Amino acid sequence: MLTLKSVQAGYGRLPVLKGISLHVREGEVVTLIGGNGAGKSTTLRTISGLLRARKGEIEFTGHDLTRLAPERIVTLGLALVPEGRRVFRTLSVTANLELGAYHRKDKGQVRRDLEDLRQRFPILQSRAQQAAGTLSGGEQQILAISRALMARPRLLMLDEPSMGLAPRMVTQVYEILAELKESGTTILLVEQNARAALKVADRGYVLETGRIILDGAAAELREDPEVQRAYLGKGYREVWE
Amino acid sequence: MFLQQLLNGLTTGSVYALIALGYTMIYGILGLINFAQGEIYMFGAFVTVLLLATGQVNFVLAFIAGMGAAGVLGVVLERVAFRPLRGFHPLVPLISAIGASIFLQSLALLLFGPNDRPFPIQFTFSSVDVAGVPVSTLQMAILAAALGFMGLLVVFVRYTRYGKAIVACALDRDTARLMGINVDRMVALTFFIGSALSGAAGILMACYYNATYPRMGLLPGLKAFSAAILGGVGNIPGAILGGLFLGMAESLGAAYISSGYKDAIAFAILILVLLIRPQGILRGRGE
Repeated sequence: MLTLKSVQAGYGRLPVLKGISLHVREGEVVTLIGGNGAGKSTTLRTISGLLRARKGEIEFTGHDLTRLAPERIVTLGLALVPEGRRVFRTLSVTANLELGAYHRKDKGQVRRDLEDLRQRFPILQSRAQQAAGTLSGGEQQILAISRALMARPRLLMLDEPSMGLAPRMVTQVYEILAELKESGTTILLVEQNARAALKVADRGYVLETGRIILDGAAAELREDPEVQRAYLGKGYREVWE
Repeated sequence: MFLQQLLNGLTTGSVYALIALGYTMIYGILGLINFAQGEIYMFGAFVTVLLLATGQVNFVLAFIAGMGAAGVLGVVLERVAFRPLRGFHPLVPLISAIGASIFLQSLALLLFGPNDRPFPIQFTFSSVDVAGVPVSTLQMAILAAALGFMGLLVVFVRYTRYGKAIVACALDRDTARLMGINVDRMVALTFFIGSALSGAAGILMACYYNATYPRMGLLPGLKAFSAAILGGVGNIPGAILGGLFLGMAESLGAAYISSGYKDAIAFAILILVLLIRPQGILRGRGE
């Protein structure tokens, strides 16, 4: 569904991605894990078009994404939940959700999707007219995910959905991801919280300083001694679980 | 006397507020002060006055044409004077704006000459008594029109799809693009609306003072800029409050201190705001 071939990208003169190749198949949950500055967010920004790839190919359902603007890419069915949630703070919760469906023409279905999401996450209903900036971090994350779902994406990308959240909220966000997976949503998940990510994912890639150093089934990666040492923090108290 | 001055101030203040909305909306989405706003105001007035002078066009149509022409001028200005300079140091587009302002003033001087033009149609306005104060119906009409345009803008920004998209671009450009919003198109729309409002302000003032001339936008432009800063630049209710407050302060100051200080008052307020509360009465972009 999504294929990256030796993609290079960076900011200014600074190369961040030094040739990334990965793929996501329909219905799969794939995670991209790695430490700070490994290039995880840069990978998602490049796929979504916010950053131009310098070299390499990005193909999504038969379309070449490397030349398309982000506002076109979202219409192909690719939605990103950005790092740090990035809700529109002074706009109401409902306005945020409506903007998620900005490019859609099927107004009736948009209404129904909004209702479905409100059923599923009552906070979207009870805080409907409240400014999004007044929500707690976890609530904002639920809003950011819902906003992306309002685009009816064929592939949902999430950038560090657990970042800065209380452990209880991390659990809730990952329950949502597990539900989405259950319902057949294709997901590309970027995380520093490797433990949580590898639990929900089918497959994973390990990114280090702009290169993929390891990939495989999530279950295998969880058992990999190198991954355990570097990313699962063996010996530390387990926050997730 | 006091009420009379207050009403005079409210009338000019409502016109400042209309121009201030242009400043504030454009600042909100681009982080740029468009110093040619006063010339757009002048341009709108000229288009309407020239159309009316032909005797072929009625007032409403000429008014709409003046606003539309001002809006188009704003869009053209954005395209040629600002868009090519995106990504440069913020001083660069600022200089470009000042250049555009001088250019448009000189162009008007060349095209229309330096003399005042009277407003081509004379409305027969009377004076009515409101709570013992004689109020001209022209003032009432201008105030009503200005407040009406502000109301329309607030409704547009709050409740329509494009209004919300403009706010989204002002708050977070990248995330707005991820929603499928074409930022360039929203910037153009913002310039159109902000400039059309300035054009409307120019037409109202041309009618109020019965004079249209190339430099007419200079002072109102600078005062509206002060009003936008006073209200918190980037903030729509702030621009409205700032404009109304400035107009009233100016009018009362002229009456009770000295009419010679009328223009100085607006800029004294600007300096005070910058010293004491640089973020303005209501802070924040994207409101």
